Amino acid sequence: MNITINGQPKQFKAPLTVSALLDALQLDGDRVAVELNCNVLLKEQFDATSLQNGDALEIVQFVGGG
Amino acid sequence: MKIEINERPTDIASDTTLHQLQRQVKPGADLAILNGFPMNADHPLAEGDRVVFIRRGEQPGPDELEALMAARHTPGVHARIKRATVGIAGCGGLGSAVAIALARVGVGHLIIADFDVVEPSNLNRQQYFVDQIGLPKVEALRENLSRINPYVHITHHFERLTPDNIPDRFGRVDVMVEAFDGADQKAMLAQTFLSRVPGTPLVMGSGMAGFGPSNTVITQRAATNLYLVGDGETAARPGEGLMAPRVGIAAHHQANAVLRLLLEKTPA
Repeated sequence: MNITINGQPKQFKAPLTVSALLDALQLDGDRVAVELNCNVLLKEQFDATSLQNGDALEIVQFVGGG
Repeated sequence: MKIEINERPTDIASDTTLHQLQRQVKPGADLAILNGFPMNADHPLAEGDRVVFIRRGEQPGPDELEALMAARHTPGVHARIKRATVGIAGCGGLGSAVAIALARVGVGHLIIADFDVVEPSNLNRQQYFVDQIGLPKVEALRENLSRINPYVHITHHFERLTPDNIPDRFGRVDVMVEAFDGADQKAMLAQTFLSRVPGTPLVMGSGMAGFGPSNTVITQRAATNLYLVGDGETAARPGEGLMAPRVGIAAHHQANAVLRLLLEKTPA
């Protein structure tokens, strides 16, 4: 299936949850915000949210300091 | 014609000049400000002009002070931001500097929250004083903000912010500022605020440790209502601490993004 991540088109095999996508991208799920089709997800939703063909994601990583 | 003198609407003769008016209303004034700009030369006045006369060293009364402080604000801008409410989550290096910039520019209502107290190691970058060590940061910041601009209304919460209390504390802000230290806490606030208070912009900081180049700190739009300030990668860690200059650059990027959002302009 085709999904768009931060504006870039990507191909992944279905089925794919948000958690599995973060693992595949080697991102720490505790340090990101994920917006799926303009809705920001809670961390608790990552495991249960399945991605569909045509989904658009914005994934924002954070580093410490402030 | 109608103009404003020290923020009070006043009728004056239509051919009056700045210097003539100064002789009439405040002959001892050292400084004349016309529409936000200090003026030395005489200048004809026009309908709707805003004139402020100031005598150096003279402490204005409480009624006059707010008007005089507003004199340097761009006309039209101050009235809009004075009606605004901005939330600030965390009062460390980013939050304390963002709050001071927004208070100076005259944002009407600031809601600040932090669970921590002022420690000596904070003073390398956070906007506190030695005699405030041990005070809750929200109380110390409230005191400092009030000394800078007593006309800013401040609500403070001395507590740890969680997914349970964030929607209540910040549910009615016009713009939200994230100013936490930990990356996991930044993620928690982004997830909670953007999903539970939808439609309200959030300005975050990520990547401002060390003394790398100033110009790698940028403001970008990272999601629909999420603006991200920083270089995106320089985390605070042993050997790469947080320091006043670069934290201040990031904080003022954040404050300017807030100002632009309040004025309905895109920050990035």
